[in-house]
Amino acid sequence: MKSAETPLHRVQGMGSSHTGTKHFWRERVTALALAPLSLWFLYVMMGMVGASVVTPAQYFQNAFNGALMAAFVSFSLYHAGLGLQVVIDDYVHTSGTKIFSLLVIRGALLACWIVSIFSIMRIAIS
Amino acid sequence: MAETPQRPVAHARPLSPHMTIYRWPVTMMTSITHRFTGIGLSIGAVVLAWWLAAVSNGLDGGYGTFMEVAETPLGQLILFGITWSLCYHFFSGLRHLAWDLGYGFDKRVSERNSVLIFALSILSAIAIFALVWTGHAGYLQ
Repeated sequence: MKSAETPLHRVQGMGSSHTGTKHFWRERVTALALAPLSLWFLYVMMGMVGASVVTPAQYFQNAFNGALMAAFVSFSLYHAGLGLQVVIDDYVHTSGTKIFSLLVIRGALLACWIVSIFSIMRIAIS
Repeated sequence: MAETPQRPVAHARPLSPHMTIYRWPVTMMTSITHRFTGIGLSIGAVVLAWWLAAVSNGLDGGYGTFMEVAETPLGQLILFGITWSLCYHFFSGLRHLAWDLGYGFDKRVSERNSVLIFALSILSAIAIFALVWTGHAGYLQ
């Protein structure tokens, strides 16, 4: 059967998904950034076990430490958004439910990010 | 053309193996566990946001409440779960990156690494909590 694809659509090579490797690639890049950041995060969290509120407050007032925490939170939540999207793509097959689930998940992750970043900045300037 | 009446064949066809029939290979376990720990870490991100907000609010503004909840048995169990999830997702994620570079697809290597990832993640999580409970953590105070 003769293809109904336009020549442009064919050379773009995206098929019916309309997108290519962007999602896959971003998942890997954030993973690569998170590998060392996770080790740093574990080191910091263990170092603060049983501490009063002064320890974390002073620690994140240091611009370097605060920035690393902001990076860890941001990469983590972005990576989580990509990963949870795959779970939705795999198991939710009706477009209405899919859009709704993605909106709820991304909304929750965004809320998490706003609270985290606002708190880190508030600690930094306090 | 000879008359050969169609006979119902559905009952005679071999049934495709389903989840309950498969012996679960260990690589299947690592795959599903990677996904579950990822979901667990998403919940962990909520706990982290809560902790950061509590720190920024100070001792009277919620840090005390966070610590009280964290020190209950349920709180410790949840923190252990998040810790193990992070360890597992870390080791399993490194293997995913190695796969992306084309390494580790051999069946035996893959099965050995799966066992290794489970072992390493459980040992790391236990080691972290052992250090905490024996007073070897808290070094940033």
